[in-house]
Amino acid sequence: MKHGMRVLMAATALGMLPLAALAEGKLNIYNWGNYTSPELIEKFSKEYGVEVTLDDYDSNEIMLAKVKEGNTGYDIVVPGDYMIQIMIGEGLLAEVKPNEMENFKNVDPKWVDVWWDPGRNYSVPWQWGTTAFTVDTEVYKGDINTLALLFEPPAELQGRINMLNDMNDVINAGLRYLGYPRCNSNPDQLREVTDLLMNAKQYWRTMDYATIEKLTSRDVDLSQNWNGAAMRARKDRPTLQYAYPKEGFTGWMDNVAVLADAPNMENAKLFMNFIMAPENAAMISNFARYANGVAGSEAFMDAEMLEAPEILMPADAPAPDFVQPCPQEVVDMYNKIWTRIKQ
Amino acid sequence: MSTPDTHAQADAALRAAIRQREREAFRNRWLLLAPGVGLIACVGLLPLALTMIYSFLEPGTYGGVTWTFSTGAYEQFLFERDLFDETLLTFNPSYVIIFARSIFLALVATVGTLLVGYPTAYFIATRPRESRNLWLFLITLPFWTNLLIRTYAMLLIIRDEGLINAVLMGVGVVEQPVGILYTDFAVFLGLIYSFLPFMVLPVYASLEKLDFRLVEAAYDLYATRWRVLRRVIIPATRPGIVAGCILVFIPGLGAYITPELLGGGKKLMIGNMIALQFGTARNWPFGSAAALILMAMVVLMLVFLMRRGGRQVGHG
Repeated sequence: MKHGMRVLMAATALGMLPLAALAEGKLNIYNWGNYTSPELIEKFSKEYGVEVTLDDYDSNEIMLAKVKEGNTGYDIVVPGDYMIQIMIGEGLLAEVKPNEMENFKNVDPKWVDVWWDPGRNYSVPWQWGTTAFTVDTEVYKGDINTLALLFEPPAELQGRINMLNDMNDVINAGLRYLGYPRCNSNPDQLREVTDLLMNAKQYWRTMDYATIEKLTSRDVDLSQNWNGAAMRARKDRPTLQYAYPKEGFTGWMDNVAVLADAPNMENAKLFMNFIMAPENAAMISNFARYANGVAGSEAFMDAEMLEAPEILMPADAPAPDFVQPCPQEVVDMYNKIWTRIKQ
Repeated sequence: MSTPDTHAQADAALRAAIRQREREAFRNRWLLLAPGVGLIACVGLLPLALTMIYSFLEPGTYGGVTWTFSTGAYEQFLFERDLFDETLLTFNPSYVIIFARSIFLALVATVGTLLVGYPTAYFIATRPRESRNLWLFLITLPFWTNLLIRTYAMLLIIRDEGLINAVLMGVGVVEQPVGILYTDFAVFLGLIYSFLPFMVLPVYASLEKLDFRLVEAAYDLYATRWRVLRRVIIPATRPGIVAGCILVFIPGLGAYITPELLGGGKKLMIGNMIALQFGTARNWPFGSAAALILMAMVVLMLVFLMRRGGRQVGHG
């Protein structure tokens, strides 16, 4: 009897072996910092017996620079919308056809035919959000839905403003305030933007990416911000409110893609399919506080996320503006303006 | 009884032995040097050569470079094609201003650490031998934590709702918090705090070797305290001062974290400006050129300091 048990156990163990070996291996993810749900990674790890490592970056350009050098060992990257287009063009991403994967049916149709990856041959949605700003409504009691608060602030907000330390976010906000198109190379309009920014600079206290910390420590009362970060900051400082400026604001989506030279291609594909399952997509959102673009994930999301004003846009707010990558000549001009602002 | 023949033989053998010894010494010298030289060549000279080559190329569309020769990067440092008129090449002070600000800040930090660090080192050097190690240990203690964390600690202390303002407002000295954080002064404080040990240690090393009987002799010759300091102590410790200044000035020039965190990021420093070129500005050649210009300036300054420092030591 005892002997029989042992044989049985051995047989079971042997039977399990090929299965485990099949999925066994590694997966190296390169994602934005403080953006990946640890529970999600743990669940994936357990389900497929894959050892996952996570590394982080803080801007699309840094990630691009590293990936371009090759041999990074990373399998998965999570570039922003315009960066997906650039990386496809540079041949850095593998055409893994996520649109043929089992869970692709869950992706919200409005995120399928996107300009950065039409039909989704390379990437799947990770999270999407907006970039506007957060104001403390105790400090400023007027209408917050205007970019005037950034560029011609009322007395109570002067010197209490944090702008993102990001060339595109600052210049785009300026262009919107003046009602000019993005990716602009019109000299007269750019001159006007430069003057606007140069003048507004005296009212800004800092230019920094660490928006949550700046707001919760009360170093500033207004900060350019991403909606998810705004929600996290509001938790600590309940009088904060996320603005939907009438002049417009940036929309963006980060997308999971597989590198062309990924050492663990099959595991990367497994991961892609994994995060398109609603219950897994919800884990992503519950951690970083952005919407995810997978239909049905709402059912698994924290209740406070479903009614958060940072996620639910008011009906009268303008549609978020997904800014395409600008041509080099425009980048050069922006760079000059940016250097002049910060000289 | 030695014949000339055996003499010659012994001579030849001796010479051969000497030659053998020299060859071995030569070989050993190179073998010992090889790892260091190899390391310098691989991680020092090679990247430097790459940087040099990149600085003479044209920027690639999405970062990187295209292999066309161009001096545009160096041109861009001083001049710009007018933002609004492509044909016009005008002097552009932006980058010079950024460099000047960084140099000024590094200089102020160097003077600041010297003023604080010299008395500290003097204090330690004049303690009884047994307790000196404890004082030195205390000076090096901050190195046990990461620079980023130390800078954050500074930020917590000087911010509007931080320790200093809480005390000042609690005591009733001020009504509103004093705005220290996100000013040039905050950056200055941060730099002094992080670089102080770099000044204290070399100055201490010089002071420790100072023969204090010289000081006594000077007093015996009716020198005033100020004169003793100026004519005896400072000249004798000049190598330490020069070393300390170099160790503070150079990293101060390239400081990245401190100006970014404590300065609020509204103004570019050299380090941040170069980083920007490899990131959003997508202009690697210019980033390389700026890095090389910075390095050239540092080398020039080092040569200048070395020659001055060296001469003074020769005198003393």
